[in-house]
Amino acid sequence: MSPAPRDRFLEDAAAATADDPQRGFLRGALGGYYASRDVQKARYRDWEKARDAAALAKWTAVNRLDRNLARFEEAFVRNGGVVHWARDAAEARAIILGICREAGARSVIKSKCMTTEEIHLNDALEAEGFGVVESDLGEFIQQLRKEPPFHFVFPCMHLRRDAISELFGKHLGTPPTDSPEELTMIARRHLRDLYLRADIGISGANFLVAETGQVSITENEGNARLTCALPRVHIALAGIEKVIERLDDLAVLLPMLATAGAGQPMTCYNTLYAGPRRAGEADGPEAFHVVLLDNRRTALLADPEQRDALHCIRCGACLNVCPIFKNIGGFAYGTTYQGPIGSVITPHLRGLRNWNHLSGASSLCGACTEACPVRIDLHHHLLRNRRNAVRAHGGWADRLFHRAFGWVIARPRLFSLGGRLFRAALPVLRRLPLPYLRPWLRTRTLPEAAEPSFRQQAKEVLR
Amino acid sequence: MSAARETILGRIAEALRLAAPRPHLSSDVPAGTPAKVGKAWLPEGGDDEEGRLALLEANLGKLRASLVRVPDAPAAAAALARLAAERGWKRLALHRGELTETVARGLPCETWCVDDGFDKDRLEACDAGLTACESLVAQTGSLLVSSASNGGRALSILPHVHVVVARRQQVLPDLEAALADARARHGGALPSMLGFITGPSRTGDIERILVLGAHGPKELHVILIG
Ligand code: SF4
Repeated sequence: MSPAPRDRFLEDAAAATADDPQRGFLRGALGGYYASRDVQKARYRDWEKARDAAALAKWTAVNRLDRNLARFEEAFVRNGGVVHWARDAAEARAIILGICREAGARSVIKSKCMTTEEIHLNDALEAEGFGVVESDLGEFIQQLRKEPPFHFVFPCMHLRRDAISELFGKHLGTPPTDSPEELTMIARRHLRDLYLRADIGISGANFLVAETGQVSITENEGNARLTCALPRVHIALAGIEKVIERLDDLAVLLPMLATAGAGQPMTCYNTLYAGPRRAGEADGPEAFHVVLLDNRRTALLADPEQRDALHCIRCGACLNVCPIFKNIGGFAYGTTYQGPIGSVITPHLRGLRNWNHLSGASSLCGACTEACPVRIDLHHHLLRNRRNAVRAHGGWADRLFHRAFGWVIARPRLFSLGGRLFRAALPVLRRLPLPYLRPWLRTRTLPEAAEPSFRQQAKEVLR
Repeated sequence: MSAARETILGRIAEALRLAAPRPHLSSDVPAGTPAKVGKAWLPEGGDDEEGRLALLEANLGKLRASLVRVPDAPAAAAALARLAAERGWKRLALHRGELTETVARGLPCETWCVDDGFDKDRLEACDAGLTACESLVAQTGSLLVSSASNGGRALSILPHVHVVVARRQQVLPDLEAALADARARHGGALPSMLGFITGPSRTGDIERILVLGAHGPKELHVILIG
């Protein structure tokens, strides 16, 4: 049996944190992002208010989700597309496999889509004998390495160029190089032929426009454009929360997605697809399918306190600024969605009991909340997950401790007495083994009590 | 309809019976759609035509796309011919249209129209694709292309160089204006693809170092008439 997620997390996080060179490398790779993000943010006439507008666009969309999805479906069908609904991952896989079989397909080209990672689509396609190739450079590299993405926007940001050169040498037989440009060109040449031959293109969706029935896809490389242009069938897999109400909401969301997540004014290609090739158009697929996936998103929707986590536009900004992510990296999370947003939503998608530990792995600094372009209350949600976990699964000791602590701090005299006792006991405590605190104390020592105490100092100042 | 659909819509309706609080905002946002009220807070789009052109030029430069401004169509044709000669193009693909056909006339290389369907390998082997566009966006340096008016989906992405020819009047201030303009032009029947292109194809996947020409065109040239 594989170890429990929490145990594996503790082990992997400890190992990643001990790897100083790798942490330094990650920080270096993010340095350029901070600089360009700040340059781009400065071009906004009011970034904070622009975040308000973006938050409202998603808030109205999600809080009228049933209506918006029905509108999207109607408009998408009017455009000539086919809509499928999937309650869970197995249903989504079955639908996609069915479309591939029916099309008599053999090869599938994919553009980057985290939702397909969520449902483990590649394994299912390969098990049925379809050839599947990831076309986003980072995803292509991760596929060759048989490794999940390290970061849901920058899939291979943990790798150095020599590792990639070696990987290409091994799988594609190319000579070693230390030029990122040459490495990119190797992938370009290799994949071009695959686009031209693929029967099916599978993409994700960044937004589904309810008003017009369009699927909006954001990318930098052009691989998604090719995926949606050349194969004869296009399938887009989308979480139900991707729907937005109006086409012109994109005038706000597209630039903010690019600036927050990658420090760009706009991502290179933002493309809206309304149905398959139309009469009079030169090319495009014969059929266009959208698969709308629930997979427990409705469980998150049912929690009004944390519903705004469904506003997420997967920009990746919260990962890029997170001190935990920067130290433990993406793999330790063990989730499809890493970083703060992953810690918030994974307990809803995969169960609080096994995934609440991620909410504990936070300094609650709030950097994520501040970075989020759609104003998701991320760090407070981590606290709410902790509270919910204690409510649902807390042991009696936890409950008793919190109950007693709450009772004491509501009584100033008692609290002050407790403080005095604790100060007196500290010198002794510092010498005891304290097994309960051992994991925490491994890298820390108990502090010495300040003299005079904070309360006494405060009294002085206030007098 | 399918059972899955009914179940999911049922779960959503059930979930939404409890209202969520409004998000914590930094200000009192005035009434109106996010795009309309947000316009004033996004990057600027230029106050007048000169301002828009200056912004567009600056933004395209930062994106490492080139902008050539020419007075008229013959000058645009000459600019394209120069590009073709400098780079030694053998074949250029284009779509039918007043602007593209005029500009491609008399090129020192073979030209080929893709409108009636095309062989993918042949298009891949072309040195450049020439298209018109729906509009250009000063705010971001983007171009908007469509499958209806700009030769389908592949022409602007598969060849190694993309050249766009447009008129000065097509330069709009911002994304909102570009979307509104496309809707006004196509009415109820939106093209099957409508795409913003913001600079040549790029990636930062290897050590976050910028490389141009990841899968799409390595070069993007805009020839602006007027
Ligand atoms: S939670 Fe916010 S910051 Fe994080 S990925 Fe989603 S939208 Fe971006």
